[in-house]
Formats: sequence, C-alpha cells, structure tokens
Amino acid sequence: MLGQLFSDIGAIWARYGTVYLSGIGNTLLLATVATLIGCLIGFVCGILQTIPCAPGDPLLKRVLLTLLRGLIRAYVEVFRGTPMILQAVFIYYGLPYFFGVTFKDIWTVSILVVSINTGAYMAESVRGGIMSIDPGQFEGAKAIGMNHFQTMLYIILPQTLRNIMPQIGNNYIINVKDTSVMFIIGFQDFFAVHKMVSGAVFKYFPSAFLEMGGYLFLTLLASFLLRKLEKKLQGSANYELVNTDQLVMTAGNYQYPGAAPYEEKSRDYQGEKP
Amino acid sequence: MSDTILEVRHLSKTFGTHAVLKDVDFTVRKGDVTSVIGASGSGKSTLLRCINLLETLTTGEILFHGESVTGGKINQSAYRARVGMVFQNFNLFSNLSVLENCVIGQVKVNKAPRKEARDRALHYLNKVGMLPYINARPAQISGGQKQRVAIARALAMEPEVLLFDEPTSALDPEMVGEVLDVMKGLAAEKMTMLVVTHEMSFARDVSTHVVYMADGVILEEGPPSQVLVRPRDPRTREFLKRFLG
Repeated sequence: MLGQLFSDIGAIWARYGTVYLSGIGNTLLLATVATLIGCLIGFVCGILQTIPCAPGDPLLKRVLLTLLRGLIRAYVEVFRGTPMILQAVFIYYGLPYFFGVTFKDIWTVSILVVSINTGAYMAESVRGGIMSIDPGQFEGAKAIGMNHFQTMLYIILPQTLRNIMPQIGNNYIINVKDTSVMFIIGFQDFFAVHKMVSGAVFKYFPSAFLEMGGYLFLTLLASFLLRKLEKKLQGSANYELVNTDQLVMTAGNYQYPGAAPYEEKSRDYQGEKP
Repeated sequence: MSDTILEVRHLSKTFGTHAVLKDVDFTVRKGDVTSVIGASGSGKSTLLRCINLLETLTTGEILFHGESVTGGKINQSAYRARVGMVFQNFNLFSNLSVLENCVIGQVKVNKAPRKEARDRALHYLNKVGMLPYINARPAQISGGQKQRVAIARALAMEPEVLLFDEPTSALDPEMVGEVLDVMKGLAAEKMTMLVVTHEMSFARDVSTHVVYMADGVILEEGPPSQVLVRPRDPRTREFLKRFLG
C-alpha cells in the first residue's frame, strides 16, 4: 500500500514537480512579503496608538488623537474578527465596485489582503510589546530630550521587536499555511497547485500527502530560521574590554584634582552596625 | 538675576486628591550644588520630576532663564535636552551599548555629527571611569557602573543643570562611593547640580545649598552649615537626628 502511495507521488512529482515548486515559491514569497508589511503596519499602529495625550493639550489634538485611536481599534477588530478568505473576496471584488479599481495583477491584491490581515494581529502584538517595556526607558529617552517618535524609533521599538519575535514567528508560520485561502481569488500558491494537479490526475491523496509534507517542511524550516534570528537579536552575551584607549592613557581611572577622598561609609553606616 | 538658571514658582502637584507639592518656590543658580533632603514621601522626587516635566504640574510654573517652559511656548523636548537627569534606576537604554547610550541623544536631539558625538561620549565616559566598558550592554555591568554611565550620558548632552533623583539609593553599599566620587568631581568643576539624596555627608561636604522638604513644602533652606548644623525648624532637627544619629 505504501509502495503504491510512493509510486503515485513519484509519478505526480515527475510530471508536476516544477509546478509544485513554483507553488512553494509563490507561497513563501507572499507569506514573507505580507508578514514584513504586516509588521510594518503593526509598528506604525503601535507608534500612533501611544502618542501621549495630556489633559492640558489643545482640544483639536485631543479630538484627532481620539479619532485616530478609534480608527486603529476598528481596523484591528474588523480584520481580526473576519475570515481572511472572505476579506480576500471582499477586497478583490469590492474595490472595483466602489472605486472602479480592477486588479491587473493577482499579486498586488493578495499581498494587500494578507498584509492588512497580518497588520491587525501585529498591531495588538506590538501594543502588548510596548506595554511590556519598562517605563524607565521612556523616561530616560524623554529626559535627554527625545520626542515621541524618536523615543519609539530608537529606543522602544527595537526592544519591542526583540520581545515580540516569537509572535512575529507565529504570524509568519500562520501566513505560510493560511495564504492557501488565496486560491479563492485565483492566486497560484502551493495549495492551488494541489487543486489543479489533483483535478487533472484524479489522485487526491498522493497529492495531499505531498502537500502536507511540503507545508510541514516549510514551517519547520521557518521556525528554525526564526530561532536563529531571535538569538541574533538578543545580542552577544560577551563584550570586549577596551584596554588600549585612543583618547587618553588613564582609561579606567578617574581622578579629580582637589577632590578629597570620600569617607561616606565610615560616617553614615555607623548606626546600622551590629 | 542673570545667573539664575531655573526658577520654580508656586508649584503644586496633586495626584488625585493627594497633594504632594504645595506651593513650592525654589531657585537654582549657576554653579549651585543643591541637595534636597527629607523623609520619603515628602515630595523631593516629585519636585525633581516636575522640573524636568516628567510630571505635569497641577499649578504653578517653571522658568528657564526667565522664560516659562510650562506655558507651551518653549519646546519641551529642547528644554529637557538642556536639563540633564540621572535616575534612581539608571534607565539606561537596554538595547544600546554603553557608548551608544551616550551618543544617541547628541546625534538625534542635538544633531551633532556622529564623530564629534562619539568623541564627546568617550571623553565623558573616561571621566566617569567607564571607558573600558564602552562595548558592554547595560545588562552586563554592575549598578554603580550603570549609574556612572547614566551620568556620562547626561553630561554628553552638555546640559546647563544636572538633576539627580536619589542616584545612590538603588545601589549596593559598596558601589555608593564610586558614584558619589564622580558627583563630587563634578561639583569641583562647578557643574550646576540639583541632587535629591539621602547621603547626608554628600549634602554636608559637597553641596553649597541644602533644601529640607517635609509634607510637600520646603521647610528650610540655606547653606549646609546652617541647615544641617544649626537647623531652625524643630522638624528639621528631628529628621537630622534620626539620620545622623
């Protein structure tokens, strides 16, 4: 029985191997690009959502900020709360209805749909990531005069990125699998190849077997690479002491003329001695 | 007065119904090393955080060289860049190396060229004795070292006044000395400093001015020889007795 299965798979692969491979290529490209754009959307939402708003600010600013937050909230709820397969249909057939835009390229609309969907999840992940950062980091940045965007860009988001790497990995792996629903608008991904091939040769199980193996391989590979990336983002556990110094000879020594040696402990800690 | 850098006028701060600062008036002059002392909860840290606009004032105003920074005319970020702050918990940027911590503010806020910023950062890191550690990350160095880097980071912005919010309170006793040494050195160079502290010997030996706060008001201020040695207010006397033993 197994022999039969493998000989069927072999036959399918011999005839359609390149089609499967191009399907894998399309799946990976769509998932990767859409995840990256989705992350970008998530980070932008994160920056916008956290713009500080004090009661003393001008009314217009407060109104605009409230509106902005409401918009982001609505975006997240709508795209997190509906199936991606329907979102694809909605956007693919809906935009021509309202705006007269027709998509010449199936890639554009596929990337659009998956990015927007991923962005909705990432917006929440980023928000959580920002909340997990020590408030002292914000204060430290504020105290040296950084504004909100500088604080976010140089201090908070790099730390957030490191913290939410597992979530980004989650989203990437989900995207590798879930881009399969884009067959509904005619995107030629790995799963669409299965539909086409099995329809042509009437061998559903061997093709499905191949697909299962293929998807699992892709996700395992992705998960392995993401771990590596995560490690890299953690930074090195070691650092080099700089012993040869380019500035002055007194590296590691600090001395001030006229400053008497400090006798702090001998006085203040007397009371606590047993 | 021309050498007045900071002026706090009628400052009040309430958290909900709890009044932390009540109508505080207070001046920092160039070259002053002011120690703010008082029991926990007396409003010392809040005063400092208000001066750096990390808290919004309930009422009152803060003048920087005679101009109000709370009225919305002066850019608050630009003002903060002129007023350095050193925190109890260091608040070093954990994603950046020791050197980058001292460079980033200069480059992004003061728009200094990177090379110049790097040289200045190295200069101040050398000054606090942290030059060998420029490649380390904050998580890899000790508390006292972190605080010295935090001081270098603040100095690298070349502020006109440096605020210290209990800089040694989160440190192990053996690390207190190294940080106080650095601060003492700064005082010797006539850096204008405002220090909230529990280190009475620093207040007595280093500062030029001592402010005693209790229950959100300044009870007594003056030179250390007066406030610490011959306090007028009985509450100051009581506080000092507990502290100096």
